[in-house]
Amino acid sequence: MADHLLEVRGLSVRFHTAQGVVNAVNDVSWHLDRGETLAILGESGSGKSVSSSAIMNLIDCPPGEIASGEILFEGKDLLRMSPEERRRLNGKRIAMIFQDPLSHLNPVYTVGWQIAETLTAHGRPGDEAFARARDLVSRVGIPNPDAAMKKFPHQFSGGQRQRLMIAMALGLKPDILIADEPTTALDVTVQAEILTLLEELQAETGMGLVLITHDLGVVAEAADRAVVMEGGRIVESGTPHDLYHNARHPYTRKLIAAAPGRGDMRRPEEGAEPILSCRGLTKAYGAFTALDAISFDLMRGETLAVVGESGSGKSTAAKLILRLEEATAGEALWHGEDLLSMTPKEMAKARRQIQMVFQDPTQSLNPRMSVFQIVSEPWVIHPGVVEKRRWRERVAELLEQVGLKAEHAQRYPHQFSGGQRQRIAIARALALEPELIICDEAVSALDVSIQAQVIALLGKLRDELGIAFMFIAHDLPVVRDFADRVLVMKGGQIVEQGPVRRIFEDPREGYTQRLLAAGLDPDPEVQRQRREARLKLSA
Amino acid sequence: MGSAQALPVNVEGAETPVMHKAVGKRAISSLLSLFGLVILVFFLSRLTGDPAALFLPVDASEAMRQNFRELHGLNDPVHIQFVHYLGDLVRGDFGDSLRKARPALDVVLEAFVWTLQLAVITMTLVTVAAIVVGSITAFRVGSAFDRFASMLSLVGASAPDFWIAIVAIVLFSVNLGWVPTSGTGTVWHWVLPISVLFIRPFGLILQVVRGSMLSALGSAYVKTARAKGVKNRPIIFVHTLRNAMLPVITVIGDQAAALLNGAVVVETIFGFPGVGKLMIDSILQRDFNVILAAIMVTALAIFLMNLLIDLAYALLDPRIRT
Amino acid sequence: MSDITAPAPAAPNPAPPAKSSILRMLWADKFATVAVVFLGLVLLCAIFGPLLLGDAAGGQNLRARNAPPFSLERGWLYILGGDALGRPLLPRIVVAAQNTIAIAAGAVAASFVIGAALGLIAGYSRRIWSEVIMRLADVIMSFPSLLLAVIVLYVLAPSVLNLVLVLAITRIPIYLRTTRAEVLEVRERMFVQAAQVLGASTFRIVFRHILPVILPTLLTIATLDFAFVMLAESALSFLGIGIQPPEITWGLMVSQGRQYLTSAWWLAFWPGLAIILTTMSLNLLSSWMRIALDPTQRWRLELGGRVNG
Repeated sequence: MADHLLEVRGLSVRFHTAQGVVNAVNDVSWHLDRGETLAILGESGSGKSVSSSAIMNLIDCPPGEIASGEILFEGKDLLRMSPEERRRLNGKRIAMIFQDPLSHLNPVYTVGWQIAETLTAHGRPGDEAFARARDLVSRVGIPNPDAAMKKFPHQFSGGQRQRLMIAMALGLKPDILIADEPTTALDVTVQAEILTLLEELQAETGMGLVLITHDLGVVAEAADRAVVMEGGRIVESGTPHDLYHNARHPYTRKLIAAAPGRGDMRRPEEGAEPILSCRGLTKAYGAFTALDAISFDLMRGETLAVVGESGSGKSTAAKLILRLEEATAGEALWHGEDLLSMTPKEMAKARRQIQMVFQDPTQSLNPRMSVFQIVSEPWVIHPGVVEKRRWRERVAELLEQVGLKAEHAQRYPHQFSGGQRQRIAIARALALEPELIICDEAVSALDVSIQAQVIALLGKLRDELGIAFMFIAHDLPVVRDFADRVLVMKGGQIVEQGPVRRIFEDPREGYTQRLLAAGLDPDPEVQRQRREARLKLSA
Repeated sequence: MGSAQALPVNVEGAETPVMHKAVGKRAISSLLSLFGLVILVFFLSRLTGDPAALFLPVDASEAMRQNFRELHGLNDPVHIQFVHYLGDLVRGDFGDSLRKARPALDVVLEAFVWTLQLAVITMTLVTVAAIVVGSITAFRVGSAFDRFASMLSLVGASAPDFWIAIVAIVLFSVNLGWVPTSGTGTVWHWVLPISVLFIRPFGLILQVVRGSMLSALGSAYVKTARAKGVKNRPIIFVHTLRNAMLPVITVIGDQAAALLNGAVVVETIFGFPGVGKLMIDSILQRDFNVILAAIMVTALAIFLMNLLIDLAYALLDPRIRT
Repeated sequence: MSDITAPAPAAPNPAPPAKSSILRMLWADKFATVAVVFLGLVLLCAIFGPLLLGDAAGGQNLRARNAPPFSLERGWLYILGGDALGRPLLPRIVVAAQNTIAIAAGAVAASFVIGAALGLIAGYSRRIWSEVIMRLADVIMSFPSLLLAVIVLYVLAPSVLNLVLVLAITRIPIYLRTTRAEVLEVRERMFVQAAQVLGASTFRIVFRHILPVILPTLLTIATLDFAFVMLAESALSFLGIGIQPPEITWGLMVSQGRQYLTSAWWLAFWPGLAIILTTMSLNLLSSWMRIALDPTQRWRLELGGRVNG
């Protein structure tokens, strides 16, 4: 049994919090061998990162406490070692990279210095460390490595920062690399590049890789084996293929069922008249053009998906239409009248018909207002829509319409889960019975299973109330099931637009093709084909 | 610190066009503020009364008063006086002190040198002590030392300096006879004023250092450093301290500015001939030119000190330079 | 990154705590509890002191001149000793609490309201207004505040009202800057944008959505500032340009006792102690508020309450 490179046995960790003792992980066991990739799959709160924090000695005790279990590295129990012995292993034998590399890199030191520090911390002389750091920077694909060494973390893009983190972790050729959600905040095309880089480096060094993720697609793309975690326990483990096709545990099945992108595609209705027509919509910040003269129509009752990576200008378009920012040029005709040139009074009237749902419901609901106050606020602002004596009744109706209960009206946002909060935000958007709802990444911050529920809710509202949606997203599979038409954006311009089936099955532009190829499918078989297509495109 | 110290830390490029532009902008805005201030003080101070009544004997004749006013240009309407003043100012002439019959600027600079010495010595001691003690408390949160230091800084921030000063005089000068009560003659004369001035900034900066170190120690990059296997000491002194210094520098600047303006109360009690005491005396004696010169000199000193603070900021934080 | 690594609920916008839990959090910090009780006592003295002890405080007794403290010979009113005119110190301190607290409270309230209002405008309105207001704040900030006070009080009469006015002006920038900085941050939060999308008026956005979020910070600062203003008033009175006799404040009492330092230390000592204890209580209360009103810090008190009591 002791031949595994790393083995976690019966590990339980708990935290002492204001709400009492929380069991973060309970009796968790897994192992990792040389050269293999193990994925730990779980949604937020599943405890998927806790065992790795325990391996790296990163759990603060107190409030954390390792209640039981052992962590065997080459047969020796890490938990019985002295802090100094563990420090010698960290970075040298076992290394770790994190989500959000910007905050995980020290902002005041050059990246060259930080990468070299991995070596100097383990006794290598400074000049050797710097030479090796330079090689690493060049190996992970940073252009102009000599100049890059002298730059600071904030001077790189998100994908480059993650590459630098990887360089930092691999300085001493560790036996194990733990990657905690390494691609989560990155664009799909960058995500694919980072995963490919990790795979290449693994092949070069033969290290074992632990990949912590919430994304079935990442598992399908990269893992040899996977364990599925829920509520601090491992509920199932196996190869990605087995898990996907022969899942036994209901939670795994639920996760797979919730993965977007495999329902029927919709067919846009013919002959509907446009309610919103944007012509030459432009936004410039000084010399930088965020949105470059885009034009599109949005029909009555239609769902128009706007897809693009970060910096593509998709959210800027929404902000301009809603006058959250002033456009530099162009017009946005709402039933033939230009929203952009309306007086504040006219605009206030138009706002009744166009509502918005934001990405993060934790941020978009005022924490100091009750649900009743939040949902009824539109009526305070637009008197006469609903008579005041009917507010209570109408709020109850709206809450039930979005799948909440009438008695939830007296609670505050923090008493709800993320998915429920987004339902509250949707109820608020519905309060004015708008014709158009703009959803700005409205489901991207939610766990997959919650995401599926919210999408289903939006679909139901669309069918029942005939509301049109402008659905802004970076996630193509979500859009595939929900949209009538798709508009692909890049660098402030529209690359391609068309009915959803046409875009997904017959993408004409190279960028759209790359975007589709870079997306990860939860089905390992499908993902294998897609990966081949991707490698062919990039070759 | 061992191996980590062997790595040279890159701080070049602190002088960039961005910085020059920021300095220029600050200079202009400071100049505008100063101008507003000079106007305000010029007219307000002339409302305090006629210097002739104060400087001439009580039995001076009306002709003598008239003569005095004529001599010092106090006969013109106030706005004309102001124009004259500005004209002189442009030529570098701050006018004469009525009280001392010497150029006002000389009087002010003399006093300012005293204040500057006091401020520099005090702030150096405060900064070193607060950073050392604050760092230790942050590593040992909740320890006896932490609690003692917190208590000390609380009392320091709460006590009126004039009260501490007079209690210290009674205790150390009158009863124990260790140090002189007032003046500037020997090193011993400096002990009490510096000690009294030390207390409040020390308490304030200590709290900021402690809080800032605590939050830096909990940050993500410290986690990365631990995952890299970096030893505790470099984590604290290399990774954390430099980041934690950023908010501390701002507070040090504020406190230093307060001291440069002259510690009026402490200077008065200890008979210390600094610029704070000079300003109060000049107001009470309607020595207008000295007031105005003192304000301009201290404003320039504070401006220069703020530049130093900005430079320190830019040296510590590359995000500001680029 | 990880799911549960820190016990602190790090949500950026949690709701305000309920009233009962505020009391529980106060009880969790014993220093803050004592401070609140002491401040309550000072407040009672300030309100009812002159009514109850006004006569006793003014009554001169030549035989009790500079009477030493801790002697019950002349009755409990002289427990802290007598002053140079033989007036009992304890009632005088109680009576002086009124002016001391009233001046500080007036100055804090005025600078709070004016500073916060200007800060809201500077933070939320167009750039020109914002610039004008900020430059004004710079002018006030760049002026040595004690000197401004001296000049103004020298020109005007050093009455309670003028003192409040001068102190208020010098403290306005504190609230102005904090409010503006907070508004600039809060206005970018999504719930403010959500209100804009609903068509909410600027008035509604500022007073219904922004102000309630930044109020805790401002109250914490105001508590701390109360202590600062008290010290400033005392310093002015001590220098002889603040309140003039026969009105009295603690600072003035210290000043009057200064010349008897060597023979009767208690004249200056007791009122000084009153100042220290009050400002210290305010400091303690403020640092408790900083934790209790900060959702990312609050767990410390909630946890502490559980462990201690």
